[in-house]
Amino acid sequence: MSDHGMFGAKGSGDTSGYGGLVRSAASTGSSERPYGGYFDDVADDLERAYPDFADAIERVVVDRGELTLHVKREKLVEVAKILRDKLLFEMCLGVSGVHYPADVNRELHAVYPLLSMTHNRRVRIEVSIPDSDPHLPSLVEVWAGNNWNERETFDMFGIIFDGHPGLTRILMPDDWRGHPQRKDYPLGGIPVEYKGATVPPPNERRSYR
Amino acid sequence: MTTFSDPYASSRETTEGTVFSVTGGDWDSLVTEIGATKEERVVVNMGPQHPSTHGVLRLVLELEGETVTELRCGVGYLHTGIEKNAEYRSWTQGVTFVTRMDYLAPLFNETAYCLGVEKLLGITNDVPERASVIRVMMMEFNRISSHMVALGTGALELGALSPMIFCFREREKVLDVFELIAGLRMNLAYVRPGGVAQDLPAGALPKLRETVKELRRDFKDNDKLLIGNTIWMKRTEGIGYLDLAGCTTLGITGPVLRSTGMPWDLRKLQPYSGYENYNFDVVTADTCDVYGRFLIRMNELEQSLRIIEQCIDKLEKLEGAPVMVADKKIAWPAQLALGGDGLGNSLDHIREIMGTSMESLIHHFKLVTEGFRVPAGQVYSAVESPRGEMGVHLVSDGGTKPYRVHFREPSFNNLQATAAMCEGSLIADIIGAVASIDPVMGGVDR
Repeated sequence: MSDHGMFGAKGSGDTSGYGGLVRSAASTGSSERPYGGYFDDVADDLERAYPDFADAIERVVVDRGELTLHVKREKLVEVAKILRDKLLFEMCLGVSGVHYPADVNRELHAVYPLLSMTHNRRVRIEVSIPDSDPHLPSLVEVWAGNNWNERETFDMFGIIFDGHPGLTRILMPDDWRGHPQRKDYPLGGIPVEYKGATVPPPNERRSYR
Repeated sequence: MTTFSDPYASSRETTEGTVFSVTGGDWDSLVTEIGATKEERVVVNMGPQHPSTHGVLRLVLELEGETVTELRCGVGYLHTGIEKNAEYRSWTQGVTFVTRMDYLAPLFNETAYCLGVEKLLGITNDVPERASVIRVMMMEFNRISSHMVALGTGALELGALSPMIFCFREREKVLDVFELIAGLRMNLAYVRPGGVAQDLPAGALPKLRETVKELRRDFKDNDKLLIGNTIWMKRTEGIGYLDLAGCTTLGITGPVLRSTGMPWDLRKLQPYSGYENYNFDVVTADTCDVYGRFLIRMNELEQSLRIIEQCIDKLEKLEGAPVMVADKKIAWPAQLALGGDGLGNSLDHIREIMGTSMESLIHHFKLVTEGFRVPAGQVYSAVESPRGEMGVHLVSDGGTKPYRVHFREPSFNNLQATAAMCEGSLIADIIGAVASIDPVMGGVDR
């Protein structure tokens, strides 16, 4: 985590001590075994079913009672198929993009929450890719329901899902420029007058970061 | 081909073929002209329009006669950028945004979000029992009001007008309950990280009991109107078929999944907010069709009433217990009161911070302007909304604002099933199939 500008407000007139404070989301290290609960079973089953486990899984993180497998992009489809067929994670609950501009060469993350109805278990796959090469293999062939979710993540983050049957924008207009939920895309907004005073748009307000 | 000067049905040539624009009124010229093309295959644009209260949905249909051969959905007309906006407000302010996504199930949006924030803060077990019970009760009331819209407008769309009148009568009673408790009828922003915004008003419980009694009595009117009704059965039985394999691969949850006989309900299987302490049944059907989903919604009403009754019993025992976590660094704004003009600052609280305690004023100011910090990390939390699994993926960078808020909206995923349900069926059955998914476009587009 990088904190700077803790003291001495610049520009904003904010003397609370928080002006200009910049934080970046910390990437937690990997967890050690035992992970606890069914997480060890999931990891064991995956290791047994997938010989390339050590190569494909970059790290395993257990945090706040949730298991996250960080998977290499090249191995994503293989791991997904094993998780679906051998570990019975029948359902993929979409994909959520996250943009970490400070995480150099791993700026874009795609997070897939998986659900096994057979075992009543959850696991999360996370893939990180560089902004300069925003390509990910599509998982639509594994879980058909990811179709719209991948389109949404493409729309909002510019992650290109290779092999997607029709990767077009879904929420924004077709001719929209930019990918709105990236951190380098401004929120925008207009100042609003209220009782004689002007309230600036939210992204220009004095803020406590 | 002759060019028509009919203002209601003009046509023009494109590379894709002749395009007819029909705006209503006189269809005769259209019929004449289409008859002249000798082509069976027609592409029809249905929408973008507001099919009852589902929001703005556009369907592109490829028809052969009356049979749908291909169907595509166009969504995004109600996109409001709620996820992006939430990144610029404090964690507490986020509630006010997310409650507006799926506007028929605001309490589920709020609860899913707050459970996520609490998980990030590590205070899941510190939420007072009374707060959890109130959350459960409000969610079940909300399930009733949401199902009432699903059933009422679903019937309306198939041409049955009376059920809509009855369903909205019942929904009104539930909205009155919301108004009584939270001061607002929709978009309540009532559930907050750490608990709920305020306790129940004095004398609320007897009133709630009365409402439950009235609802149970009035639900019978709908049962009589629709269950076993020949016309209704003909329009719904065997329509919109989607089996378990289709549901799992498409990520479908909620009543559509339960209509395949799969008793998948997060309230039972992955309980949150103390759902493990209530007696209720998971309603299923095994018909995989519109009628099955309709029956599931009808029967879930009774299960919700059962849970509400148990909540009221619990609340009677928990009279006077806190409804917000004890940690004053998070518990904001627990000092609200219901005034004549709606929910506002409690005058007692204003008197305290302005008149007696400067420390309280500083604390209040810091909490309101800056908010609380949430330790860095990510969580996924899910609740069983009336439409299925409402999941939220929250990422924190350790600051006072969310780094990323993503909602896994059941409507968004479930709407993908439209093509699977409708292709090969008659055009009239699309309406029933879409109604049985019960998509709320505010949630789909966020």
